[in-house]
Amino acid sequence: MQVLYFAWVRERIGLPREEIETTAATVNDLVAELRAREDRYDVAFADTSALRVALDQELVEFDAPLAGVREVAFFPPMTGG
Amino acid sequence: MIRVQAMPFDAGGELNVFSKSVEGAGAVVSFTGVVRDVSGGLSAMEIEHYPGMTEKALGAIRADAMQRWQLVDALVIHRFGRLDAGEVIMMVATASRHRKDAFEAAEFLMDFLKSRAPFWKKEVTTDGADWVVSRDEDEAALKRW
Repeated sequence: MQVLYFAWVRERIGLPREEIETTAATVNDLVAELRAREDRYDVAFADTSALRVALDQELVEFDAPLAGVREVAFFPPMTGG
Repeated sequence: MIRVQAMPFDAGGELNVFSKSVEGAGAVVSFTGVVRDVSGGLSAMEIEHYPGMTEKALGAIRADAMQRWQLVDALVIHRFGRLDAGEVIMMVATASRHRKDAFEAAEFLMDFLKSRAPFWKKEVTTDGADWVVSRDEDEAALKRW
């Protein structure tokens, strides 16, 4: 699946998007997988209460299932307007 | 109508076009957001967004407003990219038969696009650049609707 990062999450991880092969069942599982990869992921995902996640461009909670999802996006709370 | 663009726009001109298109509505309300000049010298605002989701989220918020209030039309224009102090960031305009619907719907649109549309602002000052942090009040503002 495509994993996208925005704002300071993108800056901390160091890239805007990447293709990830995963068998993670939920967003939380995917986060745990990413954190185990490298320090920069571990730092970016240290506090998921400071993050938001969207699956195929719809906001969801971190316990949402990933089955059939093509695009996951992680970002801080939005600051539009 | 929803527009997400990097290009500057003339809020006054857009409002005139909108008002003309809803002629006879009776009430038109608009809000314009401008890059403020903070002490310490703001040199620019950088606005990042999530192409695709931004349009979807704004469309859904607008559709929700159209359903909740008796609106003739609602307009949302939001920019992204690098903006200088004093530049227009975004505008909303609503039109209805009576002012209450137009006022409330405009506030609703602002509240939701502040924390439910995927935009992230970064303030660039002479001291460096910092992401704007969302405020608890913005989240709390959604609960009244």
